[in-house]
Amino acid sequence: MRSFSLAAVFAGLAVPAAWADDLTVTFEVPRLRTAEYHAPYVAIWIERADQTSAGTLAVLYDVAAPNNAGAEWLKDLRTWWRKAGRDMTLPADGLSGATRPPGRHTMTFDGARSALRTLPPGAYTLAVEAARELGGREVVRAPFMWGAPGAAATATGASELGVVSVVVASSR
Amino acid sequence: MKRSLLAFAVALGAVALSPAAATAHRAWLLPSDTVLSGADPWVGVDAAISNTLFHADHNAMRLDAVMITAPDGARVLPENVGQARYRATFDVHLRQPGTYKIANVMQGASARFRIDGEERMWRGAAKDLAAAVPAGATDVRRTESLNRVETFVTRGAPTRTVFALTNAGLELAPITHPNDLAAGETARFRLLLDGRPAGGLKVTVAPGGARYRDDPAETEIAADAEGVIAITWPAAGMYWLNAAQRDLPGAAPGAVRNVQYTAVLQVLP
Repeated sequence: MRSFSLAAVFAGLAVPAAWADDLTVTFEVPRLRTAEYHAPYVAIWIERADQTSAGTLAVLYDVAAPNNAGAEWLKDLRTWWRKAGRDMTLPADGLSGATRPPGRHTMTFDGARSALRTLPPGAYTLAVEAARELGGREVVRAPFMWGAPGAAATATGASELGVVSVVVASSR
Repeated sequence: MKRSLLAFAVALGAVALSPAAATAHRAWLLPSDTVLSGADPWVGVDAAISNTLFHADHNAMRLDAVMITAPDGARVLPENVGQARYRATFDVHLRQPGTYKIANVMQGASARFRIDGEERMWRGAAKDLAAAVPAGATDVRRTESLNRVETFVTRGAPTRTVFALTNAGLELAPITHPNDLAAGETARFRLLLDGRPAGGLKVTVAPGGARYRDDPAETEIAADAEGVIAITWPAAGMYWLNAAQRDLPGAAPGAVRNVQYTAVLQVLP
């Protein structure tokens, strides 16, 4: 019933094909004063209304370590690991990248590629999880409407993440 | 005189080792982690019989019967095995992706009887139980036992091949995968006795770290008619799950059978 009505809404709006849009995610890695600081592992993925994963957009970890040794700690991104990571093979082209230093980082995901390519229009949540060696773990979520470019949604973490924002932007 | 003293000592030992007394001590296989990533992870396992969960304070577990089953069904040998006073340790190298079962299945038989005025104890294999008691013995008690202690660890995505049943004694048939447990969620497991749902079975669930609490915080859950228990995890941590059935009919004439199942399960935040 719900999916039917949602489909009707989108048919009525005559939205352009989803692949025409991009998803821009900004996340802040807070600057922390600790004796030994390591940049956090970060996973960025999409969740459906039932909190299942609709696809992983990025996994930032120690990709440069020999023999993919950095993958040993991917399970510390516990929420992402359980929802999506444990079923994936990493590193993966277009998904994995190096960790980010403290500061604000923006990543734009091309709607014609990545997990977005096959994502049906609708309401989703963007999830960003950070886990830091000798530190903590935090997940921050912000909503977005795929297929409907609009204003950015933001959410703010309390410990391992600062401001997270997500915006659907038409790439035309 | 000396001989009868010795017999008395043996009898005392028999009492101390009887299953009723043994239930005060808890057997466990405690893995260093249960959810692993990367291409070459290892887990370390502590194996002990203790009073306090999970503090090795009584006896090391004997590892003779430890059986590690890989996701593809192959047997994996424990590595770096060590036998300390209060605990035994070993490593498991997770060469394959999927779920491994680490189990210690202790199967045996005992007979207690009186002959020539002395209490005697015999221990051995269940198949020898019928012939273990000499003619003329009195106060005979024959006991068969099957005590299964297990834990599970997973590299990558969880798999279910290691849950294959033997249909002997008490066994766990997971509905919720035992390496997919999170605080606040409800897990469901089916317990089977000789392959049939163990309806009404009482299952003890006890969290670790008991030394640092005044309240042991244990719960007892009764299985429903289908042998299913539902556990809502109050917090992350390592949990000890145990169930026992005593005085079942044994295979040997006049024998009783005691069966027990124990698992250590990790619940993540």
